Amino acid sequence: MTENKEIEVMQSVYDKNDEVAAQINSSLTESGIYAFNVMGAPGAGKTTSLINIIKRLKDVTSYVIEGDIEADFDTKTLQSLGVKAIQINTGGACHLDSPLIGNAVEELSIKDGVLFIENIGNLVCPAEFMIGEHAKMLISTVTEGSDKPYKYPLAFEKADIIILNKCDLIPYIDFDEDFFMKGVRALNKTAPVVKVSGKTGEGFDQVVSWIMEKVSL
Amino acid sequence: MHEYPITQRIIEIAAEHAAKNNASEVKVINLVVGDYSGYVASSIELYFEIIAEGSACEKAKLNIERVVPKLKCSSCGELFVRKPFSFDCPYCKGEGGPTEIGQEFYIKSIEI
Repeated sequence: MTENKEIEVMQSVYDKNDEVAAQINSSLTESGIYAFNVMGAPGAGKTTSLINIIKRLKDVTSYVIEGDIEADFDTKTLQSLGVKAIQINTGGACHLDSPLIGNAVEELSIKDGVLFIENIGNLVCPAEFMIGEHAKMLISTVTEGSDKPYKYPLAFEKADIIILNKCDLIPYIDFDEDFFMKGVRALNKTAPVVKVSGKTGEGFDQVVSWIMEKVSL
Repeated sequence: MHEYPITQRIIEIAAEHAAKNNASEVKVINLVVGDYSGYVASSIELYFEIIAEGSACEKAKLNIERVVPKLKCSSCGELFVRKPFSFDCPYCKGEGGPTEIGQEFYIKSIEI
């Protein structure tokens, strides 16, 4: 019986995805576009946060790529506010990947502005896939429980900014902010955590200042 | 169900390397999958046979080496496995931070 010959490979299974992501990133940079990968659990307020952000972004054009398994409610809402938004329906895939985004970016055909890619509502998978973005925005909420950083460490670790939404509800729920922040800071020493309310608009000026700082670099 | 496209990619990479080494058949794929990679080893195994059918990896055995995630203590520098709902270092109670250990997802080698 002949023995097997071992061939060294040492190749990441994400290689193709990451290669496409890097190409998208260069092409966006060249076109003067700064892209954010917006992640968060279903119902965390990703779209509402984007509406609050885009309303406050003066002197900059905003574009949105909406990712959902099905339907286009969010895209229609954004379009009705005058935002150039397009929809991607994955029909079942739980996260957006770079080839999908590559096609959408070509379809949008944009220059000079800010692109928000709203990922599928999911606190698990989106954090694992690079899709050509310059920064990752995590929408977390006070209503999901203070233990989320401990249960979903990758999402909190990879975020460049953590937007803590629904803060208007703090008087009505048990949210242990110290426990939450302890978890966040163990995983992520640098991402700002900004308390906001999608309902009242509170806190979004700070988010927009952070965005403008990033975009002007 | 995102193990499907990722399993396809594993088979593609293995088949490419086999072809480069003039082999028509992959006998073994040695895969390293960290527990924080987001992929479950048993799910990849489940889909592997179905997706590999008709490819150079059809008869390949999948060897998955799991990696348990480790944090690094920011005070004493020790690597440790964390307990649920805590990032505290078991040695000095300092704060542990994430490392790359446990986030791996790559093909180490194939056997032809």
